[in-house]
Amino acid sequence: MLKGLFNVNRWQRLLEALPEYYIPGFLMTLRTALCALILALILGVIFGMFSTSRSKILRAISRVYIEFFQNTPLALQVVFYYSCLPILLGGGGMRIPKFVLGVMGVGIYTGAYMSEVIRTGIEAIPKGQTEAAYSQGFSYMQTMRYIIFPQTIKIIMPPLANQALNLVKNTSILAMVAGMDLMYFTDSWGSNTGYFAQAYFTSALFYFIICYPIARLARYLEIRAMRQPVGKRLLEEVNADGGAN
Amino acid sequence: MAEIVRVENLCKNYGDFEALKDINLTVNEGEKLVIIGPSGSGKSTLIRCINYLEEPTKGKVFIEGKEVNRKNHREMAKNYSAMVFQQFNLYPHLTVLENLTLAPIKLQHVNKKQAEEEAFKCLKRVGLTDKANMYPNQLSGGQQQRVAIARALCTKQKLILFDEPTSALDPEMVQEVLNVMVELAKENITMICVTHEMGFARQVADRVIFVHRGQIVEEGTPEHFFTNPEHERTKAFLGKILH
Repeated sequence: MLKGLFNVNRWQRLLEALPEYYIPGFLMTLRTALCALILALILGVIFGMFSTSRSKILRAISRVYIEFFQNTPLALQVVFYYSCLPILLGGGGMRIPKFVLGVMGVGIYTGAYMSEVIRTGIEAIPKGQTEAAYSQGFSYMQTMRYIIFPQTIKIIMPPLANQALNLVKNTSILAMVAGMDLMYFTDSWGSNTGYFAQAYFTSALFYFIICYPIARLARYLEIRAMRQPVGKRLLEEVNADGGAN
Repeated sequence: MAEIVRVENLCKNYGDFEALKDINLTVNEGEKLVIIGPSGSGKSTLIRCINYLEEPTKGKVFIEGKEVNRKNHREMAKNYSAMVFQQFNLYPHLTVLENLTLAPIKLQHVNKKQAEEEAFKCLKRVGLTDKANMYPNQLSGGQQQRVAIARALCTKQKLILFDEPTSALDPEMVQEVLNVMVELAKENITMICVTHEMGFARQVADRVIFVHRGQIVEEGTPEHFFTNPEHERTKAFLGKILH
């Protein structure tokens, strides 16, 4: 495969194939990843909250969801949606659009991981915070909104960004069901021409373009999460202190 | 004096362990009640049952004649009581000022400007106006607890519950918090205070109760407690902590 890596002619052919193969594939991957990320975040928040609720039923529901999707391969899940879901939905010859398939497959799968991240984030906040809120009369939802989530978000952003990174790379599984994504076009062009080196190196570059900024973001958020907030003393009021000292 | 808190036949079990056994207690408006007792005796559980941070296994708690139950306890907390915790439990993501104004703005629907004015008044009472824009992690333990007291004052409740407010403090910071509490005790706020600070109890308490193994063993004025306690357990306990 590497023999033809420096063959100028082959690279020429690749450049010609970009608009037809790589650009649509790249855009499809990007779109799928974005929408799947939104879906995963929504599922993550819902099931993350279920996991920490006092209701046994809600906790059980989220456990089942998380364990099932974490412990079966994404490839199987996607193939299931592709082949079985149309039957379950009742339509014989019905096909689920590739985009929907991708968003569902990767979104639901990553949602399970995000739920766990959010659960641990919520559990990391000391119990005293909830008690202080309850003692002031905040309801469960108000406590979450004003007191717990703002603290949780700082803790969970770095691992969430890592999950987003995995999500982007995992969209490549869609190639298995002809998902019209970047990986699918890479396979397709590669096997049409036989120029596998060009096909896969270019593909890797495109994935890198999406993932590298997210990785940097994750790192940045990690550093930021470690910083403590700092506020300034009110200078004109200095004299007011000391009364109780 | 009007009664503000009434506890009737209160029991609290954790599994097989009976933390509180059939507690009966009334507290009058403006009264300063101090609860003492060895650790694990149930005194914190008692105070936490009053604002329903712990759900009673049996028995009833009334505040201003209204029963506190599973359905209305948030509403009751919002309208009648505030709490100061051993570990301060300030909201670390908010400034001191925001810590004070969060509940008034979000729960009592006071407008922001008014809430902030009120917050500054409360901060002044604990001597920390200059720290208004700082975050809790920038303050010492004693200052954090004073902010927590200001937060409790800021919602203008008639009843403030103190759950060992000085137990987590370094010794040199205990006094600044006690001073604030002594000042507070001069007002018509009802204070129920779990503490080991006997000097404080002596100075401000109208009544002291001694809790042991989930029961109120002895009850009386501070004078009674520190001069001639009746019960053997009380004597033993006081003997250990009054040197």
